[in-house]
Amino acid sequence: MEVALAIVIGVLYAGGLYLMMRRNLIQLIIGLGLLSHGANLLIFTAGGLRKGGAPILAEGEKAFSALPADPLPQALILTAIVISFAVTAFALVLFLRTYQTLGTDDVDAMKETDT
Amino acid sequence: MTSLILRTATRYMFPPLLVFSIYLLLRGHHLPGGGFVGGLTAGSAFALYALSFSVAAARKLLRIDPFDMIATGLFIALISGLPPLLSGEAFLTGIWWEIPIRPSVTVSLGTPIIFDIGVYLVVLGVLLSLVFLLAEEE
Amino acid sequence: MILLPVLPIIIPLAGAIICMFFRKNRRIQQTLAVLFSVGMLAAALSLLMHVRGGDIAVMNVGSWPAPFGITLVVDMFSAVMLTLGSLMAVVVSLYAGFDLARGHIRFGFYPLLLIMMMGVNGAFVAGDLFNLYVWFEVLLTASFILLALGGEAPQLEGSIKYVTLNLLSSALFLAGIGILYGMAGTLNMAQLAQTVQEGGHSGLVTMVAIMFLLGFGIKAGLFPLYFWLPASYPPPPLAVTALFSGLLTKVGAYSLIRVFTLIFSTDPDFLHSLILIGAGLTMISGVLAASSHYEIRKILAVHIVSQIGYVMMGLGLFSHLSLTGSIFYLAHIIVVKTNLFLLAGAVHRLKGTYDLHKLGGLYKERPGLSILFLISAMSLAGLPPLSGFFAKFTLIMAGVQQEAWLMVVVALAVSLLTLFSMTKIWAYAFWKPAPTPLPDLQPIRPVAWIAFLLPMAGLTALSLGMGIFAGPVFRYAQAAAGQLMNPAGYIQAVLGGG
Repeated sequence: MEVALAIVIGVLYAGGLYLMMRRNLIQLIIGLGLLSHGANLLIFTAGGLRKGGAPILAEGEKAFSALPADPLPQALILTAIVISFAVTAFALVLFLRTYQTLGTDDVDAMKETDT
Repeated sequence: MTSLILRTATRYMFPPLLVFSIYLLLRGHHLPGGGFVGGLTAGSAFALYALSFSVAAARKLLRIDPFDMIATGLFIALISGLPPLLSGEAFLTGIWWEIPIRPSVTVSLGTPIIFDIGVYLVVLGVLLSLVFLLAEEE
Repeated sequence: MILLPVLPIIIPLAGAIICMFFRKNRRIQQTLAVLFSVGMLAAALSLLMHVRGGDIAVMNVGSWPAPFGITLVVDMFSAVMLTLGSLMAVVVSLYAGFDLARGHIRFGFYPLLLIMMMGVNGAFVAGDLFNLYVWFEVLLTASFILLALGGEAPQLEGSIKYVTLNLLSSALFLAGIGILYGMAGTLNMAQLAQTVQEGGHSGLVTMVAIMFLLGFGIKAGLFPLYFWLPASYPPPPLAVTALFSGLLTKVGAYSLIRVFTLIFSTDPDFLHSLILIGAGLTMISGVLAASSHYEIRKILAVHIVSQIGYVMMGLGLFSHLSLTGSIFYLAHIIVVKTNLFLLAGAVHRLKGTYDLHKLGGLYKERPGLSILFLISAMSLAGLPPLSGFFAKFTLIMAGVQQEAWLMVVVALAVSLLTLFSMTKIWAYAFWKPAPTPLPDLQPIRPVAWIAFLLPMAGLTALSLGMGIFAGPVFRYAQAAAGQLMNPAGYIQAVLGGG
């Protein structure tokens, strides 16, 4: 299972970085999205893959009878997803504004500030 | 951009979506749900309304400016962290009150739910301000 | 006391909320922003007083005990960063009231400024890595919007570069966090430090360290990852640029110092040498790039890069003295750099241009402004007895002590070139007569002008004070560096006492 997920993460990273290096703004934003999905999946995989119940002790129990799932990676991923949602939404607005102001979505045309 | 089918469907979809969002908000302490999902559901209801009617109509239906909603939500979330300070505990410590309704039934209400209501409003406000902004660009 | 470490986060949040309710009224917004920044400064100062003796203030949010919950930790290094950051917020919100166009304020300059300060302060007090990531995102999101405020073409272009590279760096940072969690099973920095010191996984630790170095390096503007900075810093309104240059790259530098002294301190031969090489190249490339520009704002912005190099030099040398130098230098640079930007803004307000070829003769017209600029510029270049001299002197002494002769030579040469850049601005804008007489854009009453210059005079005085009273400042920095060099105290404070 880890191997399969590792390959998926690799594909997401590769795809994300490839799209980020394209010249089109829309492809850039999709690339950023893929990259953050890759990172989330990485946290999920690194946190350990196992089948387990919710980590909640039943009434009266002092210890888990079976090893429960680790809730922390999921909490981290949820937070990271919320953040990337907000940032992607903002980036979309910014890119739209840029396209309207500059009249182009080609990143190569944006070199006025590079000197 | 307005189709009769979508509009009619939206009329029927809109109230259940809002009720469902409240349901998600309230069950989110011990069961899956919570302010964030609830806010997203409510936001999608309004987004659907804006899509099938118009942004202006959705704004009118909402009555409150989304920015005010963000501010109110943040304010509520901030306030929810303060009660534990009275009993000398750290900021944002969860405090629960047991409210008896009938001898056999008590409802437990806590500061986390106040925090979640704040989150609900913030998410709804942020989502709608972005959706309205993008939709009005057209 | 139980509330104290969280106050630098709550106060700006409360201020931002109240500002949002008064969206329509810019007078009230400005007053609120100044008031809440002062409140933030007061909280930071009381924290500084609290930790001055070497204590470490720890707070567990929500009363969840340390390795499990969110922990806020304030040591001497955090406290001084909090104080200076809040001071910059006060000065910039005062300055913005005079200088900012109405449109910017309508789009929410003040609430965004306060939200950004919340993120900056949060990053300074965060006690676990994921929390640090969240605060980074808070400050970045606010800074994205501030950067694009007004929406002119160069600004939008700069913003795209800034946003893209910062998101890339966040993704790297996040991936590093994921691997570290899988390895150690915790993200609490104190516990991580313990786990990593106990050994094992050494190759993996080094790889994660490199990911953090890249992630924070982009944010701090380290060679060769700084190229977004000259593109995105100069275009926005000057109040924004001044605040960014004073704080944002410094948060990256702070995080690098924190992480590489606390967690990744087991392999200094490789990691810290790498940082040292990066620092040297950062200094050289920054100062050389700056010397080719003839626009005040651009010269100053590109110089940020070379100054980050000095801070990183202290981390790379990795001794008690060199970290003392880094902390001293960070404190010095936050004050002086913000001040120089604000003074450049004052020039722009008078003449409407930043171009050195068009400016001239300002010394004759505005001696007060010129003196303030001269003091700050010389402090940046490191002339005694100003604050920059002692900061650089400490760093160079640390280099001599460890016989890192090449770094010493580079640091001295870069210092000389900085002096060249600063004298260039001085000679062109202030000293030589204007090529064609440039009238003031609009007449300013002397009283208003003095009120406008007051915050900058304050910062200049602070820079002078840090030079004249270098002894106490140095001793404080030394104690703070001592805490950094000896992570046991930090671990004990977080995990032991609770």
